[in-house]
Amino acid sequence: MARSNKPIVWGPFAAGGTLTAFLTPALILLTLLAALGHAPDLLAYERLHAVASHWLAKLVIVGIVFLSLWSAAHRLRITLYDLGMRADALVATVVYLIAVAGTLAAIVYLLRI
Amino acid sequence: MSRRPYVREIPKFRWFFRQPRYLRYMARELSCLFIGAYALMMVWGSKQLADGPATWGAFLERLHSPSSIAFHVLALGFALYHTITWFNLTPKALPVQVGGEFVPDGVIVGAHYVGWGLLSLAVLYFAGAF
Repeated sequence: MARSNKPIVWGPFAAGGTLTAFLTPALILLTLLAALGHAPDLLAYERLHAVASHWLAKLVIVGIVFLSLWSAAHRLRITLYDLGMRADALVATVVYLIAVAGTLAAIVYLLRI
Repeated sequence: MSRRPYVREIPKFRWFFRQPRYLRYMARELSCLFIGAYALMMVWGSKQLADGPATWGAFLERLHSPSSIAFHVLALGFALYHTITWFNLTPKALPVQVGGEFVPDGVIVGAHYVGWGLLSLAVLYFAGAF
């Protein structure tokens, strides 16, 4: 049977697509409220800092960031192919690298909290 | 004698304007730009939070700018479109069989919407939005 890396790439895409479908609208609504001057209590420095100090919260945030970035990266790769960019290996390398780099940056920043 | 094979021209950036369903497909796919950008904003926010109260305060202050509000409104619209299209596809991706019968599509999709509503309310409640 031919070997393929498709399941490894596609698995986090499906997981991320499901996670962002359930969670991202509510998250955007939180910062939209803040943008409109009705910041929810959670976004106050003391409260958010206290929440983000817990290792479980850090793990959850990193999980959300990784799955969101990976599924967005995968979808962007497929869409760019549809828009006529046939250099798929290059596109895939760039978008997945951005997803991984963003996740690593989130880990570094969260560990400083 | 050589023959030139017929190659159908596909315009790179215009094909999805030809049909409303191509346009809806492209709108769904472009939701990834906003979801990805929002995730990167979370990464940036983590840095601002780690840098201390003053930096975090400046981050919150910048959320008030008109471009930030515009981004949030657009991102919310695309995120909702992603949610709707994703849930409506789940019966195709995950057909559930009970005994000899398949669970009707509407039940699977409906369960997702109920779960989504409850989770969103829980997130907003935990965040103290109401």
